[in-house]
Amino acid sequence: MQSFLTQTLFYLGAAVISVPIAKRLGLGSVLGYLIAGVIIGPHALSLIGAEADVMQFAEFGVVILLFLIGLEVQPSTLWDMRKAIFGFGGAQVVATSVAIAGVAVLLGLPWQTALAVGMVLAMSSTAIVLQTLDEKGLRQGPVGRAAFGILLLQDLAVIPMFALLPFLATIAPEAHGEAAGHGASLVSHLPIWAQGLSVLAAVGAVVGGGRYLVRPLFRFIAKARLREIFTASALLIVVGVASLMQTVGLSPALGAFLAGVVLAESEFRRELETDIEPFRGLLLGLFFITVGAGVDLPLIVRQPLTLAGVVIGLMVLKFLVMLGLARLFGAPLRGAAAVATALAQGGEFAFVLLTFTVGAGVVGAPLAALLTAAVAISMALTPLAMILYERAADALDAAIPDVTPETGDFDEGEPDIIIAGFGRFGQITGRLLTANGFRSTVLDSDIEQIDLLRRFGRRVHYGDATRMDLLRAAGIERARMLIVALDDREKTVELVETARKAFPDLVILARAWDRRHAYDLLANGADAVERETFESALSLGETALRKLGFRAHRAHRAASFFRRHDRRTFEELRPMWGQEEAYILASRDAAKTMDRLLAADLSRMRPGDSGGSWDTASLEQELRERAEREGAD
Amino acid sequence: MGRSPPATSGVLLVLAHPALERSRANRALAKAAKGLAGVTLLDLYEAYPDFAIDIEAEQAALRTHDVIALQFPLYWYSTPALMKEWLDLVWLHGFAYGEGGTALQGKRLFVACTTGASAKAYHAQGYNRFAMDDFLRPLEQTAHLCGMVWETPFVVHGAAVKDDAALKAEAERYRARLVSLMPAEVEV
Repeated sequence: MQSFLTQTLFYLGAAVISVPIAKRLGLGSVLGYLIAGVIIGPHALSLIGAEADVMQFAEFGVVILLFLIGLEVQPSTLWDMRKAIFGFGGAQVVATSVAIAGVAVLLGLPWQTALAVGMVLAMSSTAIVLQTLDEKGLRQGPVGRAAFGILLLQDLAVIPMFALLPFLATIAPEAHGEAAGHGASLVSHLPIWAQGLSVLAAVGAVVGGGRYLVRPLFRFIAKARLREIFTASALLIVVGVASLMQTVGLSPALGAFLAGVVLAESEFRRELETDIEPFRGLLLGLFFITVGAGVDLPLIVRQPLTLAGVVIGLMVLKFLVMLGLARLFGAPLRGAAAVATALAQGGEFAFVLLTFTVGAGVVGAPLAALLTAAVAISMALTPLAMILYERAADALDAAIPDVTPETGDFDEGEPDIIIAGFGRFGQITGRLLTANGFRSTVLDSDIEQIDLLRRFGRRVHYGDATRMDLLRAAGIERARMLIVALDDREKTVELVETARKAFPDLVILARAWDRRHAYDLLANGADAVERETFESALSLGETALRKLGFRAHRAHRAASFFRRHDRRTFEELRPMWGQEEAYILASRDAAKTMDRLLAADLSRMRPGDSGGSWDTASLEQELRERAEREGAD
Repeated sequence: MGRSPPATSGVLLVLAHPALERSRANRALAKAAKGLAGVTLLDLYEAYPDFAIDIEAEQAALRTHDVIALQFPLYWYSTPALMKEWLDLVWLHGFAYGEGGTALQGKRLFVACTTGASAKAYHAQGYNRFAMDDFLRPLEQTAHLCGMVWETPFVVHGAAVKDDAALKAEAERYRARLVSLMPAEVEV
């Protein structure tokens, strides 16, 4: 056993070397981590042992993953997905369990053991599937939706399985001690009704706490403006909820998911996502490495054919069952095949359940070791299977043109527009845009302002918009436009500049303080700017003209002329911006030109004797002369 | 404003449609005209959403084109409001007509107009009771007063009910017509 630092060194070193190589080879990061794990694992280089504590730490990555997923899923979305979760998901667990159990019985296992194996192997890997789908950009579509529903139900199904599995015991139970692993909870010695009550209480605490405790807490921290404390409290919530769930015997991942869903409606959603995201990546990576390290290479060498048979049999069987079910539930062939390929592996819960079944005397230790290896290998094969699937699908696409495109009914909720700063200015622009049917995501860092807006029912997220990662979380990569209306001159320029560098094709509009600020913003990549006081001052000027006796249309035209001349000078002086002397000279010149033009407009529009007709005095003169001539005739 | 355009160029196509995005016919016609060399397209509702027409710029454009084409849907037997506003404000006494108003003399005025009703409706026995030419009389007289040549108008009747193929054919016809109007010295 090496020191903590050496261990960390090996883990990080392996990840840093293997993941970029795997990605370069088009294999995806998951496979990179897994291979790194195999190489440094106890059965190859033996740089790390198969320590249970590392595994536990790594499983926290899955917990964080589910918390982040929960943040993405609003309760209403969850309700819309009930068919996918309970119908499709439930059918998958039952059908896969039965199918695998059937094959196991045919292979000569007693039916009890066969059924246990079936249930254990029916689980798929949340971490691998979601990570793989994310990397392929499939998470938000119908495929991701179906896969997600199944995974969610599998997490739920683990709970009754823990209750059912002990009844299938055929072997004298081995030492019970730590084997209970997942089931070990503070309440397991309580009577069933009390356990049930404590589960309800814990879920209630997560829902109620999320609603009435966490948000005031975040608001308090946000006012203090301490970023690291915000991150710390976000982690605190995830860890707290996970421990609470473990205490009452529920899956910590499921608890974290629930906490995420509760917070999905809150204004802190984006900031939470951004703060926790880096932990997710690293811890999930750690998790994959430990899975890789758990692959029992000597076993592979000893029973290569048996193991290969189990792995291939498992994946093919799961694929076929899932494909059939997906078709039965009305999915188009391509989508069904994608879901079936993605979910065809064994899951991380299999490790936990297998340990548990050995302890409970349901599955013998040698079979459990074989199955553990098979599950780990099937997980490692998933990214490869997805690549194979894509190749096959592309080949098929080339052969047969796709006439029925997948109809994704998943409301991706991607914003068309991101508005940074929702103060006096941003609100008006935002209201105009949303009133015209565009989806906008609003970021603001003034917590009191957010409070107020939320009371009026507006959706606003807390966060500093100059942070690129937060903008990314808000969906800027898919947004069409960024509107910058921050209450800070420097930050506005900074945001325009960084956003332009990162997203060359994004349309960026910005609110400017004055002419100079406007030039600065344009120079830094804004597509268009608006001086914040210009239009309203002009509008007040127009009102003033009306109050001074102009008719409405004339006042409006005067304001319009002024606007046009000012905008023209603004453009004409733009090249001079930055050269102080030339700019001042040119702007003096422009001011004179403007005065002259305005005077000309005014004299032309001055109401004549006939009371402001469009026709000019010259026509009236001519008409009078003609009338005199005709009178003389 | 310091612009020095060529002495004369081709067609100034003045388009007025307040909701061009919803008009199949006018969009098809405009598209056919847009790619043509020698055609300057002025989309009035795009250029002056606030109706604050830039008189100098418009008069300069009129001076430098030999053919003035007006394209619009017939609204209440007349042009859309902004085209009328443009005529009222830009075709001023002393510029377009009257003493010293010679800027448009000798140029040609060409009207391209779409109607919702079918051709049959524009007839003494039809429900519009007058022929299309009668409704365009004010523009014809405008040309006359300004000393311009009145070209035979281009009319697409029943624009709303024409299918894509029929509209495409009209667009081709329109394009050919615009080409035929092009002054000889403009290279097409």
